[in-house]
Amino acid sequence: MNGRTYEEVAVGEELPPLPIPLTRTLIVATAIASRDYQDVHHDPGLAVERGSKDIFMNILTTNGLVDRYVTEWAGPAAVVKAIRIRLGVPNYPGDTMTLSGTVTAKHDEDRRVEIAVRGENGLGAHVTGTVAVRLPAKGAI
Amino acid sequence: MTAYEDFAGREIVPPREGPDPVNVPMIRHWAEAMGDRNPVYLHDDAARATGRPGIVAPASMTQAWTMRGYAPAPGTGGTGAEELNALLEKDGFTSVVATDSEFEFHRELVVGDRVSVREVVESISPEKSTALGVGRFVTTVRTYTDQDGEVVAVQRWRLLRFRPENQAPKALRPRPAINRDNAFWFEAAREHRLVIQRCAGCGTLRHPPGPCCPHCGSFEWDTAEASGRGQVYSFVVAHHPRHPAFEYPLIVAVVELDEGTRLITNLVGVEPGEVEIGMPVVLDWLDADPDLSLPVFRPQEND
Repeated sequence: MNGRTYEEVAVGEELPPLPIPLTRTLIVATAIASRDYQDVHHDPGLAVERGSKDIFMNILTTNGLVDRYVTEWAGPAAVVKAIRIRLGVPNYPGDTMTLSGTVTAKHDEDRRVEIAVRGENGLGAHVTGTVAVRLPAKGAI
Repeated sequence: MTAYEDFAGREIVPPREGPDPVNVPMIRHWAEAMGDRNPVYLHDDAARATGRPGIVAPASMTQAWTMRGYAPAPGTGGTGAEELNALLEKDGFTSVVATDSEFEFHRELVVGDRVSVREVVESISPEKSTALGVGRFVTTVRTYTDQDGEVVAVQRWRLLRFRPENQAPKALRPRPAINRDNAFWFEAAREHRLVIQRCAGCGTLRHPPGPCCPHCGSFEWDTAEASGRGQVYSFVVAHHPRHPAFEYPLIVAVVELDEGTRLITNLVGVEPGEVEIGMPVVLDWLDADPDLSLPVFRPQEND
């Protein structure tokens, strides 16, 4: 797997967009993998009763997908230092969420890079936030 | 100070250890479901090639290690958390959705780590109207520690606890002040009959109902059935203050019946801007709830 060094990254660089099909299976499988058994993440009838139009993705999974998106781009040597997200519209089954990201800052003292991330689905912005990763120095990998 | 304000700064979940140490099978399950192919989560060699001592868990998985799972034992939620939950449920905020998660990771978790979490309330917002319904934002700080008590991650966590819009209990209309002199009129309304009190002495019709004829002074009376036709004598449009039982803007009208008496009522099936004094209207019925039916009026349709 290719990795990025701190020196290779420039503020303003855009990450390639990543579309994620929001299948019902993905929403249920990720909820269970995160040990989140809230009924709104797997039971459509109860989700409707609780005021939702269908089951929807849990926030732990949004964290997980944003983490995956940034570390796929940064490479396996990257160490995630922060994930700060705000949720907007829900991720319902049948939609697609497309993640995009832009490098917004570099901190030389600890080789930390900040990436603004955004995940859009058919309803609007599902997630907006920032991920901070520490990248290896040139020659370290 | 409201009961909610008492929770600010309070530890609602005392340090609680996750049921399992950081382990490869649960990481595999997570990585598969997320579609994450980063080899450092599953292969020691790949992890060592990046300078790590061995496999690390995904940073975003930190919270999962302390999740209570499918059938948590009673009492494991923390008494503060249960008290807060009971308070929220009592106010009808039965639904929950996470809105913010702000994670700072102090170190990567490795296989064998035992993760504990404690949770302290930062703030609880006043009631807010949201797209999902009326609710309160509950902001907490979760501190994750390892087997040595060292902090591995800190998470600011915000939930919206809300009353689902489609379940909001609709308020009842204020009850009419019913007494022995006017009860007959409301009882007739429940049968969808609009009646007018009539003096048995002189035949004069009167409304609102009363014990004595203002024309001849007789206490004897009976009723006449109204035709249900009339016209707008006067009206106002109420915008504020709002009562939850009513739809706004609310048209409150004085309708003069063809029989000559007037009553205060609501107009339906018409926009406030379209109402005119003298407009012909016809009777309709509002079944507000099982105990209350009231006459309302709508514009007479042109033949």
